[in-house]
Amino acid sequence: MLPREPLQFYSEPLPGVDCAELHGRLIVIEGPDAVGRSTQVTRLRQWLEQEGHAVLDTGMARSALAGRGIQEAKKGNTLGPVTMTLFYTTDFADRIENEIIPALRAGFVVLTDRYIFSIMARAIARGEDRRWIERVAGFALVPHAVFYLRAEVKDLVSRVVMGRGAFDFWESGMDLRFGRDMFDSFTRYQKRLIKALDSMVEPYGFTVIDAGRPADAIFRELELRIASLDLAMVRSRTRPRRSKRFGMGSR
Amino acid sequence: MALLLPNRFPGKLIIVEGIDGSGKSTQLLLLSHWLRSQGYAVAFSEWNSSPLVRQTTRRGKKKEMFTPTSFSLIHATDFADRLESYILPLVKAGAIVCADRYAYTAFARDVARGVSRNWVRNLYRFAIRPNLAFYFRVPLDVALSRILGGRTALKYYEAGMDLGLSRDVEESFRIFQGRILDEYEAMAEEVGFQVIDATLPIEEQQRRMRQIVLEVLGDSLRTSVLRLVQEPADVAARAAAIL
Repeated sequence: MLPREPLQFYSEPLPGVDCAELHGRLIVIEGPDAVGRSTQVTRLRQWLEQEGHAVLDTGMARSALAGRGIQEAKKGNTLGPVTMTLFYTTDFADRIENEIIPALRAGFVVLTDRYIFSIMARAIARGEDRRWIERVAGFALVPHAVFYLRAEVKDLVSRVVMGRGAFDFWESGMDLRFGRDMFDSFTRYQKRLIKALDSMVEPYGFTVIDAGRPADAIFRELELRIASLDLAMVRSRTRPRRSKRFGMGSR
Repeated sequence: MALLLPNRFPGKLIIVEGIDGSGKSTQLLLLSHWLRSQGYAVAFSEWNSSPLVRQTTRRGKKKEMFTPTSFSLIHATDFADRLESYILPLVKAGAIVCADRYAYTAFARDVARGVSRNWVRNLYRFAIRPNLAFYFRVPLDVALSRILGGRTALKYYEAGMDLGLSRDVEESFRIFQGRILDEYEAMAEEVGFQVIDATLPIEEQQRRMRQIVLEVLGDSLRTSVLRLVQEPADVAARAAAIL
């Protein structure tokens, strides 16, 4: 059984970390490509800061150690699936040890755009062994909440086409060519990703958020759900609270 | 190592392990020259040499950014890249790949750094099992005198300075290499190392290595490995003549 207690390691304690010292809150936003995660993270951060919380936001391939290396590796055509999985896990290790854990020690709300679940889903979608990657990523901390923005592939397609206007090589799983062209490959690959994420809902205690709705509706739901988490412990006393309870005064 | 997948391909994978200064690289080089002279397709792969990962490793070392976990993971990434894009395709094609260090280096070194044994063994579960794994057994003092006599500056991570074992680089290196040696010795049986006494003369070690190659791989070398030279000569007979 996986541990359910937040801020415990799933299966592999990191050397030198005492979980009792971690006082912050860890909130994960997960979901497939183009589902609108980063929009939500940006808005949630603004709101949480207005509420007086110190917020660290972090996301995949943003580590000081491996972020640039991953971007470079993705430009070439030789990045294999296991290598990619481990490169992202290296990136995650650097961020959890050097950003996330120090922020949790200091009582921050850590808001992370993707977590180990995306790394695992990509590995599983590429046919790698699930138990292998679960154990490799076992040094992750159990979050207080994982909000899984779930949408159907057709919604993702329309977001890609209406938004960026072109399919991305990696988001389409073109390294393994799941289909004849970018569209076919995107569709099949994203279906596999969604299936892999769906399979984690129960064991990892995801909260599923219907992301087939407009961004505002998604935000309101996230806001309510996060407000119901007990953030009081990390609420800063130094700044006056807004009069409106979940106020978005600046908007 | 039960966790690594068996090699079902026509090529062969021969690897060497041992602490720094055990002489394993020299021996592998001699072995690869010999195999090549027999007409076999031979390729070489060194630990920590993936072009895809190199910049990241260099950056992390230079700025001393690694923790035991990220150090372990970046080396596994490097290994995965070499395995996926170089070693596996060549072994599938029927070549003999000679690897200077393999997953066992991580089993020894990362554990000496404080990473858990089970976690690092699982980490490398995607690797194939070598057909032959030579371990060069050498007393710590002998290896240290070879290393410390030959080079002036030990590097930060090489000396295990990140572990805070000692402020003195040489002392730290001694303690760290001692731990690595203990890990190698503890796994020797578990992983089925062919143990070579690395205090023997170089020629004698090489003679034993070649003998083991012929004993363990002899027939399958002839039948499944890609040969560049179309000579019907019997490998065993030719080898016997050389030995």
